[in-house]
Order: sequence, then structure tokens, then C-alpha cells
Amino acid sequence: MEKKMVNLKIDGIAAKVSEDSTVMQAADSIGIHIPRLCYHPRLSSVGACRVCVVEIDGAKNFPASCVTTVFEGMNVKTNTPAIREARRNIVELILDNHPKECQICERNNNCELQQLATTLGVEEYLYAGERKHFDIDSSSCSIVRDSDKCILCGKCVRVCAEIQGVNALSISARGYKTNVGPAYNMEMKDSVCINCGQCTLVCPTAALTEKDGIKETFKNLSNPDKVCIVQIAPAVRVAVGEAFGFAPGTDKTFEMVAALRMLGFKVVFDTQFSADLTIIEEGHEFIKRLTTGGKLPMFTSCSPGWIKYLETFHPEFIENVSTCKSPQQMMGALIKTFYAKKAGIDPAKIFSVSIMPCTAKKYECARPEMKSSGFQDVDVVLTTRELAKMIKQAGIKFSELKPGQFDGPMGESTGAAPIFGVTGGVMEAALRTAYEVITKKTLPSVDFKDVRGLKGIKEAVVDVAGTKVNVAIVNGLANVHKLLTEIKEGKRKYHFVEVMTCPGGCIGGGGQIYPQGDLEAMDVDLYSQRSAGLYTIDEEKKIRKSHENPLITAIYKEFLIKPLGELSHKLLHTHYHAACPKGVPSELRDTVNIG
Amino acid sequence: MNNTCTCAPELKEKEKQDGIKELKEFIKEHKLLHDKQGALMTVLHKVQEIFGYIPREAMDVVSESLGVPTAHIYGMATFYNFFSLKPKAKYQISVCKGTACYVAGGARLLERVEEELKIKLGDVTPDGLFGLSITRCLGCCGLSPVIQVNEEVFVRLVPEKIPAILEKFRKQEKKTK
Repeated sequence: MEKKMVNLKIDGIAAKVSEDSTVMQAADSIGIHIPRLCYHPRLSSVGACRVCVVEIDGAKNFPASCVTTVFEGMNVKTNTPAIREARRNIVELILDNHPKECQICERNNNCELQQLATTLGVEEYLYAGERKHFDIDSSSCSIVRDSDKCILCGKCVRVCAEIQGVNALSISARGYKTNVGPAYNMEMKDSVCINCGQCTLVCPTAALTEKDGIKETFKNLSNPDKVCIVQIAPAVRVAVGEAFGFAPGTDKTFEMVAALRMLGFKVVFDTQFSADLTIIEEGHEFIKRLTTGGKLPMFTSCSPGWIKYLETFHPEFIENVSTCKSPQQMMGALIKTFYAKKAGIDPAKIFSVSIMPCTAKKYECARPEMKSSGFQDVDVVLTTRELAKMIKQAGIKFSELKPGQFDGPMGESTGAAPIFGVTGGVMEAALRTAYEVITKKTLPSVDFKDVRGLKGIKEAVVDVAGTKVNVAIVNGLANVHKLLTEIKEGKRKYHFVEVMTCPGGCIGGGGQIYPQGDLEAMDVDLYSQRSAGLYTIDEEKKIRKSHENPLITAIYKEFLIKPLGELSHKLLHTHYHAACPKGVPSELRDTVNIG
Repeated sequence: MNNTCTCAPELKEKEKQDGIKELKEFIKEHKLLHDKQGALMTVLHKVQEIFGYIPREAMDVVSESLGVPTAHIYGMATFYNFFSLKPKAKYQISVCKGTACYVAGGARLLERVEEELKIKLGDVTPDGLFGLSITRCLGCCGLSPVIQVNEEVFVRLVPEKIPAILEKFRKQEKKTK
């Protein structure tokens, strides 16, 4: 049924919108931007911050435009002296309960509150008084929670509940004691937080940020006894440029390699190499499960937030998840074994860093399973944001860099690897290889268009030598919960499921560059541009199937012997265990959104 | 697959176990009558009624039975003043800090109670016997300073009289046992 349209006037300009639109949406549609703070187009609206107030004829007070629906003949004013002053007062009140330390703040020049204060013309602190004070929670490997900087907009609570279905955070207590945090006021490390970092992307201030890895990296880079080796994840290369004024999706792979060498890294490897390796191992694991009656559907295992979610909320599916480590951890294990031996370096002297679009990778590398080289395989994970910061701190002019080159023997990759960074990519890469390995025939086309796109849940049927293989691709953990529930109920049947924790896959990872300008996290245009960047890298590669990567052939010949072999098992595979953080009922599977 | 959680604290006292049993039955009945959010409010009232406060174990049970995340239950339990996350004491001592009592030395009474019980304002003694709070004007300013223990009011006090009052309730408690 078509929705009824209503006519209204905003600042004297006529607008025609559907009857269920809000005043804010109507204003957006005719090019009027109402200032906002707690609103996000992908999340429910709560009208908490009151920054978006407007004047409406007939209304007694100033309604919040994000939660007020339009009606026929409505007359809205968004820019009167009274409204401007009301908004300024609201932001002044928020500022006066906020630390005045912008210059030394993580989000300086990247802060919605700071920008709003400037835009609205706040010129002085009017209501100086007592400020709230809470201790900083830096217990988590990934996320630091500094409640003093929190303005209680609740976007983190909503993204955690509505997009991720994790519900780690809530707003507790009232008045000056109001705070955002996990249940029972426990530390983040003990909570159900799965470390995805989506909260850091939507937080308008620096109340939620990633845990710093820069200091330790710089310390090791200047230590002459250490050999610093670095790897770069696929999704980083199409986003890092945004921090230096380039359009989203611009491929900055080789400039990044050059910058990393200038920073002092002796060896630069490409996580895309181990993405190809993951496809070989995971592809063979899938074929084995499919042909020998193993546990199906098989789930991918590259997304560490998903792994922690699985262990915490859905341990009944642990045996369904691939035993393959993520590409980062495969590379980590190989650097301190295969490469150390080949290059004659004592693995104890290697300091292994990965550049990831992800905050959960910081947690993954610290997991006790990830020590198959005899050391912690990856020492420090830096997010895309942290890398951009290091480049700036080192005074490197990113836009003037000449392209660098990765180091052999783990620097070359096929077109199947870059697309790991976008939802559907791992599936497509796996299908390219699985099809050819099973059928021993060449694929008519390497492009599996059905599995592409940013939709939350996608399905496809692939004909492999007469066998119909049902696959699904899912991103965002609330979607994962839905899919798993329906698999349990028997409503959905698959052979192979790709799971990505973050909306859009790694291109929308919690460690990516904060969206610049008017863009916001989870913006479809932003994520489409980043994903187009990755598909372009794929198309421009001469070899687009993982099993045709000559370096992969070489590493099996020289070191690993065969897929799923003894050494693979030791270095490239692992097992997961049901976890139960304190305060989480064991049978809590439902993740409804309350409040 | 064994999903038994070993992290949640074990329930030791029989009293608590009986309470949890009662709670579970209550939830079973009321789950059908409300949507989840409506049921939560009713159920938390019941928790407060059974235990006199909202213990964490009870919140875990509520979360599990209603399918509401613990974070949201915690948010609700800390928002409303009616709910208390700390056990209430058997004898709640309220020291009056209304104007008249304050001028007559109410603050010194408070200090003395804190000293005697070795607890701070808002806390409960480890044995659960005494709790300490302040109140504003009980309407007997002519008899200031006063303190109230549960329903009983003690008037025209000096700090030296505090130990005897506490002793009275300790004795009363021994007798009932």
C-alpha cells in the first residue's frame, strides 16, 4: 500500500513527505540540516539530547524534530533567534558537564560535540559547577570507556542492542550518577562485550575509544634488538586515505607499504596472502565436511567478534564453525615459524604488528590459543585509525608518498583476497576455489554477483557438479542471531555460511577511520565506495583464484606440505570453547531491544 | 553441548533458594500477561518484595526467564528509587538532619552511629542488622535532636546515648532467636 503524503512548510519552504516521516527527515529532504547529536538514521530515535528542537506552530514548547512526526499543514521554523538560543543553551549545559581538555583528547577535530559547539556559536562556559566523575575502564583488550566524556546520547547502547544484538551496554542510575556501562557495573572485560567497536564509531565524543597500541609499537620500532614485521588487512587499504583527504574507496595499498617502511618496519607482508591461504584451508575443510558427512552448515571464522559472540551466546554452534584461524592469525603464526626460519631470525626477537580495520582483532591476538609459534603470534594490533595517527605523528606526507612493495615470500595475493574485506567476499573467494577443486573444471565466470551487496542477510544456490550448494552471507550480529535461530527452528538450511560481525563486513569495522564530513557510520554510500574499491582491486589482479597464487603453491611445497596436513593443523587451525562471562545467564539467547 | 554456566555465584542460603523458587513461579504466571517490558517491571517489584532488595542472582534469573538482557534489567533496577541493590537492614536507623535537629547536634549523632557500627551513611552492617540513613524532619522539632529506628523514635539525644540504643536492638534480636 502506498503511504499517504502530507504537505508542510519548513522555514517557509514547502515540503511533501510520507505521513510517517519525522520533521527532521522532512527538513533533510529539502536541504535543511537541523543540528543533532543522539540521532542516527540506522538506529531508533529517542530524543535524548534535545539539540534538534524546532518551533512548530501550535506547539506549547519546542519539540525534538527527530521524534516528532509530520502532519498536514504543519508549519515548522528551524532557525529563529529563540531556537538558536535554546540549542546553544542545551549544548552549553552538556559542555559544562564535560571535561575541558579538547587539545589532549583522542577525538580532537573529530568530535561531534566540539563541532556542534562551534556550529552553534557557543562562546563561553556559562554554567560552571561540579562535574560528574567516574573511573576509566581500560580492562578490555579493545575498548576504553571514559564515562567522564560521555554525554549520555545512548547511541552506543542502541548500536550494541539493535545492530549487534549483544546488549552489553545500558544506561544506569539517574541524575548526576547516570552512566553508560555493562550490567552490574562490571568491567568491560567481564561483560558480554564482543569487542567489535561499533560503539566507538557511533560515539560522538571520546567516551568510547580503542585501546592504544601506538606507544608499544613506537617503543619496539626504536629498539635495535627487535625486528619489526607488519601485515596489512584488505579493508584498511581502501579507508586509510580518508584520514588524509582522499575519497572513500581510494586504494592506498602501496603508499601504506611505503609509509610503514618509513616508520621503521623491516618487513611488510600482506594479510591478503594469508587470506588466500585461508581459502585453501577453509575450502578443503568445507569439501571434507561436505563429502564425508561432517557438521554442516559450516560457518566462516575470520571475524573475531563473531567468534566471541558464538562462544558467549550460541555455543551450540561451536562445532559448525571452521577450525581455520583468521588470516591475521595464520600470518602471525607463519611469521614467527616459517619466515623466521627462512630469514634466519630468532622468533623471540620478532615484534609482529598487524594493521586491522577492527578492534576485536586486538582481543583475538591476545587469546591464549593464538600462541602456536611458541610466542604470542601477533604482538600488537593497530586499527586503521591508529595507523593514520602514527603516520601523522611521524611527519610523513602521505599524499606525496611513492608506492612501496610488499616483501616476499608472503606479499603476493590474488583477486580473491581483497574482497575478504567486504560482506560476501570470503564466500565468493571460497566458491571460486571450492568449485574448481571439486569439479576439476575452470569456472565460466569468477564473479558471483549474488553474494555481493551490503544487505544484512543474503542467500544463493551454487551448482557444483550437479550438487546444489546452499550458501548464506550475513553481517551485523543481530542478523546473525536471526539466522541462527531460524537454522535451529529448521526454517533455513545451508551448507556454508559466511559471518561478518560488523555491518558491511570489515569495510565497516570498528577500527576504521571515523566517517569524515557529513558521513556517518553505516552510511550506505560510504560503505559502497569502500567496497567498490576492494572489488576494483580484485578485478585488476591477473590471478583471481586463491589456489592459483604461485606463492601459496610454493609455501605448501616448501613448508606446509598439504592443506589440512599436520603442520597446517598445528599452525593454521584452532578450536573454540563455550564461554560464560560473569553475570550472563547461560541460556540467554534472546536479544530483544528494551528501551 | 553442555551449556551450564559456572560463573554465576552459587546460591548458598536456603532462604535465597526458596525466594528464587517463588520468583520463578511468579514469572511463569506473569510472563503470559504482559509484553516483555511490562512483565519486567512487575517482576522486579516481586523481587524487591521477596528479598527486600534486588540481588544479582535474582536479576540473572529474571534475565533468563524473561529473555531480557541483564544490562537492561540493571538499568531499570538502578533507575527507580523504589528498587534497592543493597540488602535492607533489619533495623534501619534514620538520623534526622532537618533544620532543628541539625542545629541541636544531629550531625554529631550521625558521626557517633557511624563510629559505633563502623559503617558509612547508606551502608548496612555485614550481619545485616543495622542500616544507616538520614531523614528530614519527623515533625517533633521540640524534642530535637532525634533518630528513628524502624518505627521507633528516640528524642533529645546526645551522642553518649547511642551505644545503649544499639544495644537494646541487639538484645531484642538475641531474644527473638
